[in-house]
Amino acid sequence: MHKLLTDNPGQKMLLLGNEAIARGAIEAGVAFTSTYPGTPSSEISYNFFRMSKESDLYFEYSTNEKVALEVAAAAATAGVRSMCVMKHVGMNVAADALMTLAYTGVNAGMVLLTADDPFMFSSQNEQDNRYYGKLSGLPVIEPSSVEEAKAMMPYAFELSEKLGEPVIFRTTTRINHSNAIVELGNLVQRKTKGEFKKDPFSYVCVPAVSRKLHVKLLANIEKAEALSDSSPYNFIEGSGDFGVICNGVSYSYVSDAISDLGAEGKVKILRIGFSNPMPAGMIKKFVSECKKVLIVEEGEPFMEEAIKAFAQEEGLTVKIAGKAKDLFSRLYEYDPAMVRKTLAEYFGFAYNAPALIDTANTPEVPNRPPNLCAGCSHRATFYAVKKATEGMKVMIPSDIGCYTLGFLPPLSMADYVLCMGASTSTSCGFSKVTDNKVISFVGDSTFFHSGMSGLINAVFNNHDFTLVILDNRVTAMTGHQPNPGVDMKELGLDGYGQIDIESVVKALGVKHVSVIKPYNVKKSIEAIKEAVAFKGVSVIIAKEKCILYAKNLKQAKGNKFQVSDKCKNHRECLNNFACPAFYLDGDRVRINENLCTGCAVCAQLCPEKAIVPVKG
Amino acid sequence: MKNVKRLIMVAVGGQGNLLASKILGEAALAAGVPVRMSEIHGMAQRGGVVESAIVFGDAKSTIISDGEADIFLSFEPSEALRAIKKCNPNTVVITNLSPLPPFTVATGKGVYPEMETIKSVFREKTKKLIAFDATVLAKEAGNDLTVNMVLLGALIQTGVLPISADQIKEAIKARIKPQLAEINIKAFDLGFQEAAKAA
Repeated sequence: MHKLLTDNPGQKMLLLGNEAIARGAIEAGVAFTSTYPGTPSSEISYNFFRMSKESDLYFEYSTNEKVALEVAAAAATAGVRSMCVMKHVGMNVAADALMTLAYTGVNAGMVLLTADDPFMFSSQNEQDNRYYGKLSGLPVIEPSSVEEAKAMMPYAFELSEKLGEPVIFRTTTRINHSNAIVELGNLVQRKTKGEFKKDPFSYVCVPAVSRKLHVKLLANIEKAEALSDSSPYNFIEGSGDFGVICNGVSYSYVSDAISDLGAEGKVKILRIGFSNPMPAGMIKKFVSECKKVLIVEEGEPFMEEAIKAFAQEEGLTVKIAGKAKDLFSRLYEYDPAMVRKTLAEYFGFAYNAPALIDTANTPEVPNRPPNLCAGCSHRATFYAVKKATEGMKVMIPSDIGCYTLGFLPPLSMADYVLCMGASTSTSCGFSKVTDNKVISFVGDSTFFHSGMSGLINAVFNNHDFTLVILDNRVTAMTGHQPNPGVDMKELGLDGYGQIDIESVVKALGVKHVSVIKPYNVKKSIEAIKEAVAFKGVSVIIAKEKCILYAKNLKQAKGNKFQVSDKCKNHRECLNNFACPAFYLDGDRVRINENLCTGCAVCAQLCPEKAIVPVKG
Repeated sequence: MKNVKRLIMVAVGGQGNLLASKILGEAALAAGVPVRMSEIHGMAQRGGVVESAIVFGDAKSTIISDGEADIFLSFEPSEALRAIKKCNPNTVVITNLSPLPPFTVATGKGVYPEMETIKSVFREKTKKLIAFDATVLAKEAGNDLTVNMVLLGALIQTGVLPISADQIKEAIKARIKPQLAEINIKAFDLGFQEAAKAA
């Protein structure tokens, strides 16, 4: 049985933040779950996926975040508790639906989880999604620890039902990817079937209806303000003349700092766990009882701006600071030492900086950048495109996925990466205004997510570029989640459809479509040359299963290769292909047998045919 | 905070850092020691660095700032050097000496530091260095992939953490398939003995 389905209240388990979140939702009786995968949120959905195979929990990997939000919204509107999971940038995709969903509301608890990524460990920006709460008028809940992430989930569902609105549950990477000991609570019976009661004047958002619903939303925000003011997750701790207001993981750093500095009795904390709407009454009272206030929040000055406004309303002149030159930055993550130092300096506490090691004379360490895997078919496709377009002026819009790493030399196969699906649409613009041949890349999952709409645009507006769809048969970047092109039977799962990308592309009206097997270098180069020569939109589908996924499915085959004595040290393999299985042994290129997957691409591109299968 | 112990573990993706962290966490849970851990492994499956921070005792933070590791464990020598800022003059350092050169070295874009330099830097700047080839001991235990268990053995031998060898072995038995648990425990013992020699 899946460990998160354990029915043993009181049992203690070591859980990853994302497991604790999934467990919290199960303890809240969530029955319908959906997602588009994205780090740092991925493990929440993966646990729902696995639990859905062993229980009546419904889960789906949706085509994109907007779709995921819409299916979950429908379930909650029909009276079934639902949850939708995404990373922070996914909210941008879902935002269109979200703004109006806030008007219609829901009839059962609905939680929208956004996993924000301060420091951008695996993201293209570090946007602070608390502002989506403000923009949509929906409540925002923020846990400070793994334990709290589980505990607050049932609270979020109940809050959602009290208000008849979805609730935004905002985490950051350090909650999602931390582990801690969590005590299991009770499991409840899931309600998996609901009923939709027709009421077009509440649910059909034509202007006349929406004008009325916006009034309802504003009334709801007022109700939410009262709930925020009395929420057990907005609390005051400790005592003293100085005040710290903090949220999320910052609360942990502040608590440790006060204890490290021996500042108990001098600083009180207001911890905000229900951050939209902010608890106005509580804040006004807290600030009025402080001689000086420091706001400790990663990301944007979301709380700071609200708190300063509250102080103005109260006519308070107490000094309030947060983001400032010598205090906290709007950049990146906070850490315990930084919070301790800033807190000590702001309030004037004695502070001994920890003894650091002088690293001035330590040798330089070679970089270890992330890299396309040994045997990755994307590397073969990139190499083939490079060969096929030698001497041409090309410009390469790429997209979000493993293949973004193709920007690294020697492949250098990405000139512009914006967001999911943008390679197809930006190609339209780049091809129109530059003289370069535009060749763009998109992955299979990204194509379904939002690459398709750009391609439709290209065909309709008669643009001129070549799109290479890197179809590795799975969503690889985030850990091998299925997408609409995946054969679910290979995973032992029945009852799924499967979309063939080639048929879709042809149906969209693309006149030049070819499918290549990237491990076949010569044929691939020929097909790419033809596609590139075509005037108009051409599409190449490079179809080869992700090698790691193939290994997981026990489908990987192929002999390992080695460099024979025939090698004349041209180093085409190392200098232009650069599979991480190669290494230099003195001045000779060798292949690490433990890494080689037997894709045989290097053997085909060696001018001396010196790379041969290992015998035996 | 007197009873708080902070551990940093660094490794290259695929070396088993996260499993080692989980086993330490499970052992702490069984021992009744409060524990919080944080891991960063964004794109590590593609050859990057995996760092985990484990805080034992009464602290709320899950990450460890520069200079704040009580004990520092590296699965790879150049990675030890890369993360040296986490150490202070009182840190106990353990490192595997078996190198996994990054691809930048293979292509001639970077130079792998001399092993003797790495060792002398840590000897000079930290309280104690335990350095040995864990890969050889993992092979001796019967499986190259047990490097993480060899290093766990050395880690526990130092006595810095409030976790006993028996508690770790129980956690190994609970986490790892029975047919592999024995090899992993053997690897743990070999690492434990090797670290004792360095004492």
